[in-house]
Amino acid sequence: MSSEQEQESIRCLVAKVGLDGHDRGAHVIARAFRDAGFEVIYSGLHKAPEEIVQAAVQEDVDVLGISILSGAHDTLVPKIMDGLEEYGAAEDTLVLVGGVIPEEDRPELETQGVSAIFGPGTSIEETIEFVRENAPDR
Amino acid sequence: MNDDDETLLAELLEGRHRALARVISRIENRSPGYRELISELYAHTGEAEVIGITGSPGAGKSTLVDKLAETYRERGETVGVIAIDPSSPFTGGAVLGDRIRMASTVGDMDVFVRSMSARGTLGGLSTATADAVKAMDAFGKDKIIIETVGAGQNEIDIVRTADTVAVLVPPGSGDDVQTLKAGILEIADVFVVNKADRPGADRTVQELREMIELDSGGGFGGGHHGPDSGADGGGSAVATQESREGATEWTPPIVETVATDGTGVDDFIDELAAHREFLVGSGASAEKARQRYAEEIRTLLREDVHAMLEDELEDAGGIDELAAAVADGETDPYTIADEVLAPVADCLEELETRNP
Repeated sequence: MSSEQEQESIRCLVAKVGLDGHDRGAHVIARAFRDAGFEVIYSGLHKAPEEIVQAAVQEDVDVLGISILSGAHDTLVPKIMDGLEEYGAAEDTLVLVGGVIPEEDRPELETQGVSAIFGPGTSIEETIEFVRENAPDR
Repeated sequence: MNDDDETLLAELLEGRHRALARVISRIENRSPGYRELISELYAHTGEAEVIGITGSPGAGKSTLVDKLAETYRERGETVGVIAIDPSSPFTGGAVLGDRIRMASTVGDMDVFVRSMSARGTLGGLSTATADAVKAMDAFGKDKIIIETVGAGQNEIDIVRTADTVAVLVPPGSGDDVQTLKAGILEIADVFVVNKADRPGADRTVQELREMIELDSGGGFGGGHHGPDSGADGGGSAVATQESREGATEWTPPIVETVATDGTGVDDFIDELAAHREFLVGSGASAEKARQRYAEEIRTLLREDVHAMLEDELEDAGGIDELAAAVADGETDPYTIADEVLAPVADCLEELETRNP
């Protein structure tokens, strides 16, 4: 019977990692994603990279958005990317980083596998549009 | 089944977490070929113990589930958790927040937590949940916990896919206990008064006990009337334990817990185990499984027929147009239903006359 209705939805994990306690941005993004019709899993504050990896793998998210405003992105992001790699999830997960990332650190994060970096002043619409266009088709 | 699905199935049975996660996504998305995948899974299921946990928002479900998972892990058992949150009926979006409160078992992949939300169709979620349970069962999880807000028929259908259902009641519910009578009482195998350190907990236990005793035709034998002055976490549950040996009827016990610090969780686990024993011992387990399969078949058929009718509706001009026609007073929903169903009824009739 070919009457199966597909009910696909974009699944996102919005993650706060490390000691950084600024979660307003993550909350705003989580709500905006929800209102855009995505399914959002919010990690909560102060998560270790392993916790983020565990959640991303188990929830099988299409998009992992990491919010970092502490400046620790160059140690935390590689740990998350390695973890995703370990479970074979790095390839088809769209990884985004939001927060305060200096211009000179960006190329390194992109080599690590981060698809886009959204700094201060990025509009919500721009982020949602990017996710819609780039969410992995699988 | 195509090669990709074969690989996926093999990986899931091998114990690859990524494969389990992907299979559950396929189930949720109802992506092409997911039915064959689940059919294959059935042969590998039946080992896991499935526990449903429900209660009003803020009753402490996620926190209790977290402690439950932690305790099972300490005992060397693997755990799967399916946490269900409502989604917006307007955008389909959802924030699935139960994971935040499940912090005791992070870094431990043998606790597999999956958040799910209703994607539009009523009743669809109970099928998707049942299928996700199958996937976790086939994967080899020992305990599978389904967590959902007990707010309506949809949620009740979901927890009914479990072997044992625990209903959480926060203290000081007062009139809430009264409202619980409709619907929730029938599905509860274990009552949990969580936040038992809060004022009003004793009273809530008392009210629940009266309700249960009324329901079981007045059980005065237990000597449990009057205020239970020394009610210290789970003491009451132990007292009724002996009288349940070899029973054919199950009386739901009441357990007191403080999920935030883990008080009473061991008692809760004992009661869950006792109910499991009762199910197996009394033969209710097999009966329950049969009922569940019957329900699964019915739901599946309903959904399939519904999906077929969607096409039929499109041909008839689309639901919006038909609705507009009713709004304009041109026709009414019953006439439309008859018209849409007519070709289906004709087909069935023809089939019957052909093979009498």
